[in-house]
This record gives sequence, C-alpha cells and structure tokens, in this order.
Amino acid sequence: MTTRTGRRSVQGGIGESTIRPDGVPKLRGEFMYAQDMHVEGMLWGATTRSPHPHARIVSIDVGPALAIGGVHAVLTHDDIPGPGLFGLEHPDQPVLAGDVVRYWGEPVAIVAAEDEDTARRAAEAVVVEYEELEPLVDAEEADARDEVFRRMKIRRGDQEARGSVVVEGYYEVGMQDQAPLGTEAGLAVPDGNGGVDLYATSQFVHVDQQQVVEALGLRPEQVRAHPVGIGGAFGAREDVNLHIHLCLLALYTGRPVKMVYHRGESFTGHVHRHPARMWYRHEADENGRLVRVEAKILVDGGAYASTTAAVLANACYFAVGPYKCDSVAVDGVGARTNNPPCGAMRGFGAVQVCFAYESQMDRLASALGMDPLELRRRNALATGDRLATTGQVIDTPLPVVEVIDSLAAMPLLVDEPGSGGDLPGGSGLTTEPRHVRRGVGYALSIKNLGFSEGFDDYAQARVRLSPEGAIVETAAIEVGQGLVNVLAQIARTTLGVSRAEVRHVDTSRIDSAGSTSASRQTQLSGGATHEAARRLRQRILEHYRADDLDDEGVWRGDTLVAAWDDLVRDGWEETVTFRHPPTEPPDENGQGKMHADFAVAGHRAVVDVDPELGLVRVLRVDTAQDVGKALNPESIRGQIEGGILQGVGLAVMEELVLDRGRIRNATFTDYLLPTILDAPDVEAILIEQEGSWGPFGAKGVGEPPTISSTPAVVAAIRDATGKELNRVPVRPQDIALEEEVAR
Amino acid sequence: MEVIHPRNLEEALAAVADGMTPLAGGTDLMVEVNYGQKRPERVVALRRLADIADFSPTRIGAGVRWRRIEKEGPRALAQAARTVGSPQIRNAGTIGGNVATASPAGDGLPFLAAVDASIELTSGSGSRLLRWDEYFVGVKQTARRSDELVTAIVLADDLPERQEFAKVGVRNAMVISTVCCVVTRREDGATTVALGSVAPTPMRARRAEEMISSERSPSEATLAEFARLVSEEVAPITDHRSTEEYRRHAAGVLARRLLERCLRREAA
Repeated sequence: MTTRTGRRSVQGGIGESTIRPDGVPKLRGEFMYAQDMHVEGMLWGATTRSPHPHARIVSIDVGPALAIGGVHAVLTHDDIPGPGLFGLEHPDQPVLAGDVVRYWGEPVAIVAAEDEDTARRAAEAVVVEYEELEPLVDAEEADARDEVFRRMKIRRGDQEARGSVVVEGYYEVGMQDQAPLGTEAGLAVPDGNGGVDLYATSQFVHVDQQQVVEALGLRPEQVRAHPVGIGGAFGAREDVNLHIHLCLLALYTGRPVKMVYHRGESFTGHVHRHPARMWYRHEADENGRLVRVEAKILVDGGAYASTTAAVLANACYFAVGPYKCDSVAVDGVGARTNNPPCGAMRGFGAVQVCFAYESQMDRLASALGMDPLELRRRNALATGDRLATTGQVIDTPLPVVEVIDSLAAMPLLVDEPGSGGDLPGGSGLTTEPRHVRRGVGYALSIKNLGFSEGFDDYAQARVRLSPEGAIVETAAIEVGQGLVNVLAQIARTTLGVSRAEVRHVDTSRIDSAGSTSASRQTQLSGGATHEAARRLRQRILEHYRADDLDDEGVWRGDTLVAAWDDLVRDGWEETVTFRHPPTEPPDENGQGKMHADFAVAGHRAVVDVDPELGLVRVLRVDTAQDVGKALNPESIRGQIEGGILQGVGLAVMEELVLDRGRIRNATFTDYLLPTILDAPDVEAILIEQEGSWGPFGAKGVGEPPTISSTPAVVAAIRDATGKELNRVPVRPQDIALEEEVAR
Repeated sequence: MEVIHPRNLEEALAAVADGMTPLAGGTDLMVEVNYGQKRPERVVALRRLADIADFSPTRIGAGVRWRRIEKEGPRALAQAARTVGSPQIRNAGTIGGNVATASPAGDGLPFLAAVDASIELTSGSGSRLLRWDEYFVGVKQTARRSDELVTAIVLADDLPERQEFAKVGVRNAMVISTVCCVVTRREDGATTVALGSVAPTPMRARRAEEMISSERSPSEATLAEFARLVSEEVAPITDHRSTEEYRRHAAGVLARRLLERCLRREAA
C-alpha cells in the first residue's frame, strides 16, 4: 500500500504563464503548418480567377489547360455535383462562378496537376471569355439602389431628447486585411468510398465540414474536417475558400490534392475588414452627459454575404461605445457591391464604430472644454446599466471606470523626441528632433464576447485520462492565440493533476467547438473543458468514495485507492457541451438581449509626428483591459501587444487600395504591416473582476486590444497636429497637406 | 529551369549573350517570379562572381551588396543602402541589380544622379561607360543591350564633401520610397539635388541647383524658394502608394532639409 507523503500543488494550472507546447517547435521551424503537409501520390491544385470585378462568363475552354502534360483535372461550375453554393450566414456564393463573376479574383475554374508549377500554368491556360459588366463599387450608390445585405434600425428612448452641446462628424475606415503570415493551405484525401478527409486552414472546422457537405451534395458522414497547424487567422479563416475546391478535386481525381495560396492570391482569396462610412451626431448637456447619439453606419460587404449582416449588427450595437445614453437612433446598411467580399476580422464591426464614436467623444470634450478622460468617466457604463443602443442590462462585470482610472494613473514614460533614435521616418532619416511635435490620445472600446442575436453558441470538449496524463480533446482551432495552453491549464487546475495536454480531433470524433473568433474560445471551449474536468473528477471521487485525485491516482485520506494506471485502464472520460447564457434576436427597434457578455479596454497612445512630411512614429500604446480572470498572463500580454500592433497598422498604414473593384496592393511590398521598428512600447494593466460565466470568471481577450488602439493613435496625432483626421489609415498627405474633410 | 554558375565574367557574358536571364541577389527577379510575372527558363547566377564584386572609392562592382555599401560606401549612398529592404535583403541585394532593374523608386539611384556617376556595361566585345542620364531612359528601361551586363558603377575621384540622403516611406523601415532625395554641396557652394520616385527615372532639379549654388549663406526666403523650385521641377504621378501632390510637396521639404544639413556641416 502506498502512503501519501503530502499533496503537491498543481503545476501549470490557471494563473501561471505556462510555456506553450507548440512554442519551441515553432521557434525551431519544426512545427507542421498546413503549408508543410505532404502525402505520397498527392496532386497540387490551383485556381483560375476572374480578372474582372463584374462580368458575364460567355464561355470557358478548359482544353488548353487539359492539354498540358501532368494535368489531371480542370473543373468548372458545371462539374459540381450539388448546389455549388456556400456562405457562413446563407449560401449565396458559388463554389465556382457560373454565369457571372461578381468580384475581382472570384474563382472560375480549378485544376489538379502533378506539381505546383504545372497546376499554376494550367490554371493560367484556362481560356475564359468574359463580357465585362459595369461594376457597382460605391457603397452609397448600392444603398441608394437597395443593393443591401441587411438594414439595421435601432431606436431607444425619447427620440425628441436634445442636448445643449452638439458635435457632428463624418468618418471613414479603409479596408484592412488580416494578412496572416500563413497563407491559405490545405490537403484533401479521398477515402475511396466517396468520402473525403479535409485538412485545411480554418477557424471553425465543423462549419467548413457542413459547407463542403451542402455545396457538393454529400452526406454528413462522408466528410471529415481535421484541425491543422495554422499561422494566424484574425477572422480571415472563418469563411470557406479553398476547402470545397480541394474536396471537389480529390473526389474527382481519386487522389489526395494539396493547395497553397501564394501571398497575392491570399489577399484575394479571403474576406477583409469592412470599409465603413459613418455619420455621427452627439448631443450632451453642459456637464458633458450624453443626451442623444445619432449615427448612420454604412459598411461595404462586397459581392457576397459572408458575415456582413452580423458585422453590421455589431457595428450598430456598439455604435455609442461603453457609455450611457438614453436617447439613441442608429441606422445601418450593409451594402452589396462588386468589391472584394468582406467578413470577419478581429473586432468584427466594433472597430469601425470605435474610431467614429471616440473621435466624437474627443470633439465633444473639446467643445465642452473638458478633459477627454473626464468626459468619458462621466458617461462610463457600469454593471447594472443598460447598453445605450440595445437597452440590454449589463449583468457581468464591466470595469469602464477602472479602465479610465488605470490609464489616467499610468506614468507617461517617454523621453525627449529622438533621444532613443526613434524619430518619425525611421531609417529614411527624414526627420530631426526640431521637426517633431508630440501628441497623446486616449480611446476606450466595448465589444461582445461570444456569438450573439440568438445564435446557438456552444462548444464541446472531452476530458479523458491517458498514460501521459489528462487529455483534452477538442475541435477548437488553435491559430496561434494559445488555446493549447489555456485548455490544458484549466484541466490541470480543475482535475487536480499536473499533466494535461490538448489534442485536436476531427469533426467525426467530437461535436463542434464553435468558431475561434468573437474572443470566445477561452470562455466557451474553456467552459466545456472546465465542466468536463469538474464532472470527471467528481465522478471518480464518488466512485471510489475518495476525497482527492492527483497525478498518482485517487486518494482516500492518505491511502491511494486507485493508481493513475488503473484509472486509465478503466477508461474514465467525460464529454461536455457548454453553452453561454442565451441571447435573442433584436426586435423591430433593435432592442433586446443580443449579447452574452462584454469586455472593455482602453488605450493611451503617445506619438511623435513630423507634421510637414506627415510622418508618424507611434512611441507607446499603454492599455488597461478587462480580462475577468487572467488564466495565462503572458498569453494575454501576447494578445494585447499583437492586437495593439494591428490597431496601429489600421491607424497609420494598413489598407487595401481599390481601383474600380481591383486591389492595387495585394503584396507585402505594398500592403504595409507594421515592422518591429514601427512597434510601440506597451505597458498593460490587466483588470480582473470575476463574475463572468467564463471558467474561473475569465473573459475573452483577443479582440479588445485592437479596437481602441486605432482611435487612440489618431487622437494622439490630432493632439500633435491640430488636424481633423476623419479617416483611417491616416496617410502622410492627410497630415502634411490641406485637409478635405467635409462631407 | 536551367541555372548556370559561371566561373568568370567571360562565361557570364557568354551566357547573357546566349539569352540567359541574369540573377544577382534575386531581390527583384524572385519577386517577379513569385508573382508569376516572369518565368525565366534559363538563368545565369552572378552571385559568386568575384570579378564584379570589386570595391574602391572610384569603382563599385555591380555585385557589391547593400550590406557592404551600408558600412563602407560614400556617406549618402551608405545612408541610402540602410533603407534598402531588411537586413536579409541587404545581405542579398546588389547595387548592380538596383541599376539594372532601374525602378523609378530604386533607393541607390538618386545618389548616382547627384554625383554624375557612370554605369559600366560589358559584353563579349568589351566595356563601355554611360553617364547615368544616358543609361536610365524610362520606367525600368535602360540603355543596356541584351548582351550586356552592368559590371560596375564608376565614381569621380572628388566626390562632394557634403552629401546627404533621405527617403520618405509610410513605414519606418522596409518600405518602397514615396520620394527619396540626395543633396550634395561643395566648398564653393556648388550644389546638386537628385530625386527618386518622382519621375520615370532618377532626376536632377537643375533650376533649384543653379539658384542655390550661388548662395553662400541662404536666407530663410531663399531656402523656401529652393524648396519651391524642387517641388516645381519634379514630375511625380499618383498611384497606390501616394499622390502627385504629396510627392511634390515632400520632394521640396526633403531637398530643403538635406541642404540645411549640408550647410550645417559646412558651418561646423
């Protein structure tokens, strides 16, 4: 009989900054990303894309492509055995264009060949005759023509309420791209019985599987989607792109088929952040309290629906920000155009409006002669208040005031311009300290966590015991954010064991974990893991009438009543489907309980600007963020630093430039992402207020860092230059030349 | 794809004369290959060709890489070298590649214009020297014949004492220039002003040069007039990277700032 020598505390549980298991392999270049997959006998796929934003397809001649040696298949719309449509919200997008192409880069044909180069040459050799049509590329014109995916109307409170101080503004947000470093990649392997296994970049394998099944007219059990190694996502992988193409080619050729998008193709092959135009009117009393907010929000959804309806709704729901106001009118339009389709990107609608409402709050502070933080403090939303737009009562912690106070208390920590060598213009040597003006700006944000508007949002996880410790099985996608860490930490703490790891399983072996988006997996898959581990521990203890479980086994007092190996042999496991509190669709005035939880964040940016050349150096972006409970502080800081950099990118450089529906800068030469020399220093305060329904009170942390960092940077540039700057990204000419603001 | 590694310049020239595509650091060619704009069937790799990697104050071999120029080149060219891509790109890319590609945005090219450098072109039948303004003829177009290689940049042995480079880009590093500029000034006031990304080829702002060269201690008004003349002389376009108006404006601002730097060094 084993005698217990005293219980050890669990190592690697929640609250620790555990080292991620895929970290070292990634650093050493040994991690297998989707791009690295290889099976014997596989073919390579490639895509023929439309060179026009809008055209009728007169004819397609696949003959020249098929004539190339090593080409196994060239497929078009006519070869699809099923409805051939897909879409996250409703299937309106053709797998391959049939009669009409509706955006530049739309897939028209797919090929499979012996090698990648042959596949690409074959894709170029497909002869498509087009009759060009006039593209609709202006969202306002689309609105006027009623070419829309969704219209939103929010009316709350007394519509006649009027304030004594009024500010109006027009704002624009350009088209940002997620630009994940890993491009789209996948491998489809036919199973020999008419089914297929899909290994492809994704944020949500169950919904990929479902769309493959529906588009190709297959039975659900014929398609299995497997999680794979993914190099970043940021929303770009919520939608299907190469998935159905791969399955179609694999089923047609009877061979495994691999496809990897090149960088330029990636820019056209996934959805983007919606460009937005926003008209705002804020009215306040003389003490700065918001009396009324009116907004019109127009987002360009591009050619197909994707998630435009949900992005637009989110933009409207968060149109006032984390502030109280009892008289609100918001009108939203999600336009349908011939621009590239837009969909999910980190912040999902909350980003666009945050730039507008925070710009408005600064204007209002200026009109009132009030400190911008004080204005925000006076209007701060708190638990128990109603969201200004939807009227939903906030019933989880919402530390808006704490965020403001934390930001206000943070020391500025910046030296004289240029003292660290960090001048605007960087290595271009454009700017000397005497050319520099410094500015400081603040912004706050609010966003929902989890899916909204009555969506049945759930995640399944399984916890089982193995010789290596506890195993968490899930189909929740790791895109780099740290899911493989946090689910294992939750399992360790909850079970009471120090050995736990996450294993990804395919769609046939577990139910959906939902999407890795909406900052939701820590709360949803974490919640499922927590509950599965809790129940498993309880069942084991009850079975053995024991009082503790650890790495050695089950204990009754000081006696080991069952060793770990015995538990493994008995096959203990527990599967849980976790749901967040129910939400509901909006009523006709946009009112209701549409959201399951909220998070707030605030940012303070310090910039040096060379006003004459319009060049900006973002020196610092400090932040305070509502995290509920910090399950892995280092991972959270990783999200915060990365999210801030993405927000800085939108503020000063990241934009897909369109010309009549065509992307002009679909390369990393010209779509500029911030480099390490553009990265500001970041100090982050994590605000922990437990009470959310996430495991241990945790909240999602992925999106908030990127939402208000953008308006904070722009506020700082305004502070330095006195310019209006109503559009992001702010370009050098916007600062250096006379502004053309009015609209 | 067929790739040959010539052992000496003669073999390289024979390959070029035979229609093979020259590949130096690959920082332009490979981008075009990756984007499917070029699909060269036969390539002659110049990277290990010591014959064109010589380096002296008056002659920079075409195969000299930016990393070396950044450390050892004349001041303004070294400053320009520092802005070429990333450290990895500077370890691969060569000045000869910059000259052969002849992009309007080539970071090294305004320096060549500012100091009236010549380009050495070599073929099987010998070498010839072309002054920069004879060599650059249009957007990515040069006077190089298809059987010739760029083999060296030839510089005068009395480069101006004061020379300054600056480049405007939207990012702090690793960025294609929106405008770049070199200003040089001699003891006697003789000033040159060269600019990139504001015309089909690198160009000189001759009227501004003429005006400022006779000014020993230019007044504020003269400096402003100098900047205005530069803005007037450039011929930029609007594209996805910037606008004509901004480029004109920034060209003037940069030229003035660089002149001021030269004047400060003169005074010091």
